[in-house]
Amino acid sequence: MGPALSRVALADGEAQGHFDPMIRLPPPKPEILARRDGILADLGRLLPEDAVIGEAIRLRPYETDGLSAYRQMPLAVTLPRTTEEVAAVLRYCHANGIRVVPRGAGTSLSGGALPLEDAVVIGLMRMNRILEVNYDDRFAVVEAGVTNIGITKAVEGDGFFYAPDPSSQLACMIGGNVMMNSGGAHCLKYGVTANNLLGLTFVTIEGEVVRIGGQHLDAAGYDWLGLITGSEGQLGMVTEVTVRILRSPEGARAMLAAFSSVEVAGQAVDAIIGAGVIPVALEFMDKPCIHACEAFAHAGYPLDAEAVLIIEVEGSLAEQDMLLNRIKEICDRFEPISMKLAESAEQSLAIWKGRKGAFGAVGRISPDYLCMDGTIPTGELPHVLKRIGEMSAHYGLGVANVFHAGDGNLHPLIMFDANDAESFRKAEAFGADILRLCVEVGGCLTGEHGVGVEKRDLMVAQFTPRELALQRAVKSAFDPGWLLNPAKVFPLEGNEALAA
Amino acid sequence: MQTTFTAEQLRDPDTAEANKILRTCVHCGMCTATCPTFLLLGDELDSPRGRIYLIKDMLENGRAATELEARHVDRCLSCLSCMTTCPSGVHYMHLVDHARRHIEETYRRPWPERALRSVLARVLPRPGLFRLSLRAAALARPLARLIPGRGTTAQRLRAMLTLAPAALPPRSPMQEAPLHPAEGTRRGRVALLTGCAQKVLDPTINEATIRLLTRMGIEVVVPRGQGCCGALTHHMGQHDPAMAAARANLQAWGAEIEGQGLDAIVINASGCGTTVKDYGFMFRDEPEAALAAKISELAMDVTEVLDRFGYRPSREAPGLTVAYHSACSLQHGQKITALPKELLKRAGFAVKEPAEPHICCGSAGTYNLLQPGIAQALRARKLENMARLDADLVAAGNIGCITQLSGDALPVVHTVELLDWMAGGPKPAKLSA
Repeated sequence: MGPALSRVALADGEAQGHFDPMIRLPPPKPEILARRDGILADLGRLLPEDAVIGEAIRLRPYETDGLSAYRQMPLAVTLPRTTEEVAAVLRYCHANGIRVVPRGAGTSLSGGALPLEDAVVIGLMRMNRILEVNYDDRFAVVEAGVTNIGITKAVEGDGFFYAPDPSSQLACMIGGNVMMNSGGAHCLKYGVTANNLLGLTFVTIEGEVVRIGGQHLDAAGYDWLGLITGSEGQLGMVTEVTVRILRSPEGARAMLAAFSSVEVAGQAVDAIIGAGVIPVALEFMDKPCIHACEAFAHAGYPLDAEAVLIIEVEGSLAEQDMLLNRIKEICDRFEPISMKLAESAEQSLAIWKGRKGAFGAVGRISPDYLCMDGTIPTGELPHVLKRIGEMSAHYGLGVANVFHAGDGNLHPLIMFDANDAESFRKAEAFGADILRLCVEVGGCLTGEHGVGVEKRDLMVAQFTPRELALQRAVKSAFDPGWLLNPAKVFPLEGNEALAA
Repeated sequence: MQTTFTAEQLRDPDTAEANKILRTCVHCGMCTATCPTFLLLGDELDSPRGRIYLIKDMLENGRAATELEARHVDRCLSCLSCMTTCPSGVHYMHLVDHARRHIEETYRRPWPERALRSVLARVLPRPGLFRLSLRAAALARPLARLIPGRGTTAQRLRAMLTLAPAALPPRSPMQEAPLHPAEGTRRGRVALLTGCAQKVLDPTINEATIRLLTRMGIEVVVPRGQGCCGALTHHMGQHDPAMAAARANLQAWGAEIEGQGLDAIVINASGCGTTVKDYGFMFRDEPEAALAAKISELAMDVTEVLDRFGYRPSREAPGLTVAYHSACSLQHGQKITALPKELLKRAGFAVKEPAEPHICCGSAGTYNLLQPGIAQALRARKLENMARLDADLVAAGNIGCITQLSGDALPVVHTVELLDWMAGGPKPAKLSA
């Protein structure tokens, strides 16, 4: 195991002509690494045989997530099927001082599921049952490994849906959504994960199973639900989730508005939101992105445009018409190249298929990308887009912009070549510059992907040392030994809990 | 995604191709969601993204395969659902085919498995041998339940006996005849791949195809020398036998193209269709490259040919509801999704589709014999979704699926049998029972 692990662990330099990304992880605990075989044997006794993975060959695919530039082999992977099994693994790890990295579908774009050399990964993919659906009180109870779209699939036949819809909704799991407080295109109207949760089954690092919230909005006492949502697997693990389900709207229609420049499209977004019109979704794609998505989805995106807005409204036909007319009037002021209404449900679907596959589709025009996730006040859109264009020229790297324009949540995709170390370093620096710019203009480092390991070291740009210390104190209250996903969210510097 | 192949490794064209495919993957994970084995097993190693990573690691390190890689790659159905889902356009099929070959060439499987694979590779593509084996299996069928043990070998033996039909249909002289002239004015000329296992298991599929096409004014030739398309061995990683089978077809069809010419090569088993349409890639570095590319262009699913020549029914609508089962090789392998349903509707059937239409039924070539546990779970899942439709029968475009789904409440027929019936052919026998 030793040599295989060290290839990617804590690489500070180049290895055999290839580079390993410069992501610093806390030093592994030597006593844990030394007990590896014993730990695997113990886990094998706690869980069924097929729920523990320990061979290097089989651990390799678990060394990364949706941010594949960062990699680290774990000590072991466990795949429990029940809350009790999750609790048993946590209890064992706590008793033995072993670090834990929770994992859902492994689609995190901020490296939220990046393992540690001395950590046990707890994967929730097998906990994929829908436990209860209640239409009278409009909630569903599901296990943490149910996919985001799986919830909607389970209730759409009866005219309901689950609102937050991250672009990875086909694959990403509700447990991960809770831990990252995920958003999505339709959050402009319906809010993010936090606004759509009612209750959780939560397992502490000590292995204690706690029920939080219930089947109704708000609960007595402190808002524990609010605290745990978005805690990035650092306070405990979620195994069951009670979500609100909503009545599907009577109908919805998407339109495409194409513009001759990125900045003008940004101005149109600001004008729509400024006029008090709230479409259900307001999405932005620039030219490189439009071309990549068209190749994948064949949705009829305007290929001659520099930027396109996907605007969706919903409600009765009269409501849709009224909103669309107002939006068209506003867009008209910015001299759009074209405006096109989806003529059928299929066309609407194709438009969304392209948008939701945008990140992957960029894989058609560039071998690799870094997906940024910052939020800015919408008034700053034109300025920020212009600056991103200038940075792109400065770094000599392409950028495809696709994002939730309505709520100012940017996702610039920085294109690079992972087989070229210099290209990757530039991409990282470019990304950091974009995020600093977001903070500068009054926004923040993350919209919906979480801080993870990707934005960890930029937290100092957003928070004072005192603020960071307070947040770390919250983690310490839940997890004094810093065993749960410890390398994420907070800069390693100055964190005594992680000192070797 | 980053790869770490050396310049030396990349000089090998197959490795260079694998590298090209791996570089298109951005590791987004979308593919996991529509992978049947990931749904059932909940382990990234049994998902496309996990397999891609396993394969990448094995190839980069120039490592011989072990039981671990073989275990997870063997569990892949090659249903290609991941390719439909992938936004980045990763050619998973070529990557997993390459990996299967690498495993076959560098890993020695335990002997019962080796023996079974070798028997399947020899028997299935040879109709004579296959017929004989099915006769023997039919005799032994009642003994299936008596095979003791819960090990893989025992499970596989039971699966083989259970899947073997109790009675074999009689031989069909029709599908052996080399030429079927067009009725009336000849509007086209096609070669029909009569297949290997299919012609033994269900000759009525070829008969219906020949009847329907000739009635539409298309001359059908069954060229001498054609045989198995090579998919069976190709998917077991047995490169040389697969290429030999494909080469025989290239020669047989090449001679027809040279001779009186062909408008299409008609394939009515979509599993074979996916492979023949890939001949161009399989032979890209062979002397027959140009011919293979031409053949791949000419290869068409029977529904594509019917549409091209303007299929029209002649009978009145039968008032039957068809549950259409989308074979993976048709929907994911060849991206033919709407056409078969459209033709069935044109023929007068009401058409419904089950929930999870993109999920494999578990047949997948020899998969239901080699991975009986997963295959049976997928079969049950598919039948459960079918049962909710309240349909009269099931139609599918691939013999594997037809065999896999048969034996339950609903009769399962080939789409072309229904289209032939409505255009003047006989009512499929399975519907009269």
